[in-house]
Amino acid sequence: MTALPKNVYLRYFPSGRRSEMNMGSILVVAEQRNGQPLPIAFELLGAARELTDNVLAITFGQGATAGAKLLGEHGARSILELGDLAPGLPAPRVAAALAEMVAEEQPTAVFFGTTFDGREIAARLSARLRRPLLANVIGLEPTDDGPVAHHGLNGGEELATTRFINAQPGIYLLRPKCFAPRDREPASTATVAHREPPEAGATDAVRVVAHQEVVQHGPTLDGAEIVVTGGRGFGSVEKFAQVAQLAELLEGATGATRAAVDAGWAPYSAQVGQTGKIVKPNVYIACGVSGATQHLVGMKDSSHIIAINKDPEAAIFSVSDLGIVADVNALLPRLIRALEARR
Amino acid sequence: MRIAVCVKQIPKEHERIAFDPETLRVRRDGKLIMDDSDAYGVELALRLVGEAGEGEVIVVSMAPHDEETGLRHALAMGAARAVLVSDDALGGSDALRTATVLATVVARIKPDLVIAGTESTDGYTGTMPIQLSELLGWPSLAFSSSLDLVAGELRARRETDDGVFELACPLPAIATVTSGSVEPRYPSLRGIMEARKKPVEILRLSDLALDAAELEADGASEEVRSIIPAQQRAAGEVIVDDGTAEERVLALLSEWKAI
Repeated sequence: MTALPKNVYLRYFPSGRRSEMNMGSILVVAEQRNGQPLPIAFELLGAARELTDNVLAITFGQGATAGAKLLGEHGARSILELGDLAPGLPAPRVAAALAEMVAEEQPTAVFFGTTFDGREIAARLSARLRRPLLANVIGLEPTDDGPVAHHGLNGGEELATTRFINAQPGIYLLRPKCFAPRDREPASTATVAHREPPEAGATDAVRVVAHQEVVQHGPTLDGAEIVVTGGRGFGSVEKFAQVAQLAELLEGATGATRAAVDAGWAPYSAQVGQTGKIVKPNVYIACGVSGATQHLVGMKDSSHIIAINKDPEAAIFSVSDLGIVADVNALLPRLIRALEARR
Repeated sequence: MRIAVCVKQIPKEHERIAFDPETLRVRRDGKLIMDDSDAYGVELALRLVGEAGEGEVIVVSMAPHDEETGLRHALAMGAARAVLVSDDALGGSDALRTATVLATVVARIKPDLVIAGTESTDGYTGTMPIQLSELLGWPSLAFSSSLDLVAGELRARRETDDGVFELACPLPAIATVTSGSVEPRYPSLRGIMEARKKPVEILRLSDLALDAAELEADGASEEVRSIIPAQQRAAGEVIVDDGTAEERVLALLSEWKAI
């Protein structure tokens, strides 16, 4: 097992508290791709196991059977795989299966990751069960009245704590990179079973007309050790291309602020921030980024931060190890040349 | 082609959300404006109706104190009319309750398509439109970066970590659209003038004949227990680029074992 992610919210799990609680079971919706569980799946299992030993994982999609065993080795007591769910989109049928399982298992909570599918399935389950949900959870603290959830507000400057009242199960959407996965236990005796999800009716009427896999150059935004992000400061989509150029030279991933996404310079899937992805790389380089609170929440827990902005008062400098007052369009070409010269 | 667009009216000062110290809810008593991320949905709806050559765009919203500033903005962009649900009993509503209320509004105006943003800028729960889709029993195309109507079907482009998808579903349906998907038009002066005269229908809960038990979700709810300052990262050094700042960057990257 790899080292713990940085800045994990372990402090919310005071040792010894768990034994006082009777948490019941937790269902964890564990996403995987081609037989490999996503990192968030292991993080959800880790978070659930801090609250109870009785964790049931649900997985689906192509390769689900192959990935199921790994979920057992990371904390699930039993695993249900729902099949590949092709050719439509999985969310409606996964939600229908979960609704059935909630009725049978009476779990205390259902955990989802804040992903494209996780958000959609959680929303559908919430509506099916007529139960509220808590989104953007970054920490969970066991108490005698059930778990208290933590959320960042105003770019992480404030911390809100919330909890459910009379809501069983509690539906939680957990943000990636906030919870520690458990060490792998190869001797796990977790059971794996197939379950056929029920029909989901008209909500399942979406067809995939075409699918083009994006050829991933370098690491993903979630997994990268280095993230280079660009903001409005570039002024044009052509100049914004320097962000990807720098990221490639550093073998890192490319991110974008909401302003850059709004301008159409980068896709929504590249957005770092409150409405987007949370990243915690070793090095984060913010180029032409002002540091809106909505952006800070997505990156300020990076181990090291360098920011480049021409405004000496830019908020991004308040979280940076090194802030450089400069026009990105002047400094980035020099930085790119200097890195190329090292090769 | 009748398209309903969900528009959220959020505090003007949404860069820094203020909370009521008593209720710990977002303060919505100040000036509210249309959430920027809803402008994309309004724009796409106007284009779809324009291409269809017939129909109307109806703005749908739930807000306190009969607030309609944000709705007038959407009307000035070109929407035909607005329906606003405003009722003191709805204060502090979560995403599910909002979806429950809006489902009754949608059932009332019977659109072919509902468009919403992927998440609001102030609350960013990001689940309301999909909850609405499930409550209505309609298919949904979430995280769409474009929308088209092809042979009576809704087509959407969706970019995720798994690549680019072209999706299709029959109507009626719900779509959520990402920001940056289109360039929203600015209201023209004429549009602003006309918007003043466009109808905004204000509904109370009693007008919607909503079942109280349905709104209460069997007494299940969530509460905010506290809002406290979080630990902050300390600021480091700030230098002015003298033409050699790239050397400083390389030195740090090397120190941090990044190169």
